[in-house]
Amino acid sequence: MIYNEKVMDHFANPRNVGEIENADGVGEVGNVKCGDIMKIFLKIDNGIITDAKFKTFGCGAAVATSSMATELIKGKPFEEALKLTNKAVVEALGGLPPVKIHCSVLAEEAIKAAISDYLVKQGLDPELFGIKPGACDHDCESCSSHG
Amino acid sequence: MKRIYTDNAATTKVSEDVLQKMLPYLTEAYGNPNSLHFAGREVREAIDIARAQVATAIGCEPSEIYFTAGGSESDNWAIKGIARRYGKKGKHIISSKIEHHAVLHSLAALEKDGYEVTYLDVDENGFVSVEDLEKAIRPDTILITVMFANNEIGSVQPVEEIAKVAKAHGVFFHTDAVQAVGHMPINVKEMGIDMLSMSGHKFNAPKGVGALYVKRGIILPNLIDGGSQEKGRRAGTENTASIIGMGQAIENAVKTMNEDSARLEKLREKLLNGLLEKIPYCRRNTPKTNTLPGIANLSIRFVEGEAMLLMLDMRGICASSGSACTSGSLDPSHVMLAIGLDHGTAHGSIRFSLDKYNTEEEIDYILEVFPQIVERLREMSPIWTEENRAKIQ
Repeated sequence: MIYNEKVMDHFANPRNVGEIENADGVGEVGNVKCGDIMKIFLKIDNGIITDAKFKTFGCGAAVATSSMATELIKGKPFEEALKLTNKAVVEALGGLPPVKIHCSVLAEEAIKAAISDYLVKQGLDPELFGIKPGACDHDCESCSSHG
Repeated sequence: MKRIYTDNAATTKVSEDVLQKMLPYLTEAYGNPNSLHFAGREVREAIDIARAQVATAIGCEPSEIYFTAGGSESDNWAIKGIARRYGKKGKHIISSKIEHHAVLHSLAALEKDGYEVTYLDVDENGFVSVEDLEKAIRPDTILITVMFANNEIGSVQPVEEIAKVAKAHGVFFHTDAVQAVGHMPINVKEMGIDMLSMSGHKFNAPKGVGALYVKRGIILPNLIDGGSQEKGRRAGTENTASIIGMGQAIENAVKTMNEDSARLEKLREKLLNGLLEKIPYCRRNTPKTNTLPGIANLSIRFVEGEAMLLMLDMRGICASSGSACTSGSLDPSHVMLAIGLDHGTAHGSIRFSLDKYNTEEEIDYILEVFPQIVERLREMSPIWTEENRAKIQ
């Protein structure tokens, strides 16, 4: 398993670790069976993500993608954050080993889950914003996102 | 930076005297041992000595030792060889759930060819039950293959009793002793073992050389057809320098085995007890008795193995884990699951494997550094919550 320097930097010095008290949106994806759980906390003011924090149980790539994903969405309108793909996270990290791509999928899904939580709290329907229900809370091996 | 190598179950360092023993056979003594001339003869003699050294170390005749390229090759040859040769008598094989992949995948290949395999369960300490084994024997059972000692947790199987049962039922008994050879006393004759696999690089010989002991009277099909090397069963010009190195290494290992294991057991217990004391929510996976001297395995709950390994690596410590992330699959180690760990605890398993070059200072350093790493990762972990901690015990 070889990670590039950027991935190792985000693993060794992860940005945005922690929790946000009274977060406007919280999303948790993954499960212990697969060995990865990501929890993302968002502060959203007037539709802008003013703060993002994470807690992750998982391997080096899981921590690094959480760190990078939260960096990429901070200061952005939530609609734009919804467009963040796992590919963009991988690219921002300068690449990941193929077996670790599923970690970046988790990061994308965790952000979506947190924004979905925010929308529900606002009385809005997440599906109107293109968020499909029930993503990434099941067995990794059966997940089509890992192909 | 410090360089602390505690992954000796993965591979070991070639010891200095083994290297010195090998060097001439990579330089001036370059003859082909199959040649009649003096350049060949001097290498042939050295290989004969190595074969005798290996035979003496495990208590068999030199003619019962076949050099191979390592443990995986030996396992493949023994298991598939017996199956092919005795497949007419029966197609049932008994093994365990905690074997090395060289055994498990050889068996899986045979299953595709119509063989049936019973995989024995192990208890929470990683031991098979001889009673279960005896019950699993059928009239069509041709082979029992159970490892001597486990590479992940260290458990040493009741090999002598297994051999007795095998003999009583007229079934061949093979054991993958890759982790045991050179680390604990083995006498294949006294123990009643029919076939035994070993690998040089687990006891300070180079990588790429191993051996299979095959009891006289058992004829395995040729592994490689060609010249007359290894009695024509495994053809190809010998890996001369490595074979000679392996002979020296095994002789050294047996010579200092008692003192080495006494010292390693002390270091292992110091490490395990120290970590269990300093880190809450840990589980010892290495059994307290009947275990390899150098393997210390434990599970750290609420953190994942690869993350621990990366952080240890940054502090100059080499270790290993049974987490899925280190295996390239999504499932944690089959051994961790077989001893009854849930997935989370299995993902948090970590193995430190020691050998004669490890020092007490190194253990002290791990005891200082590792708890800090765990604390840091737990702070980052969303499952490190009071609610979850309360569920343990």
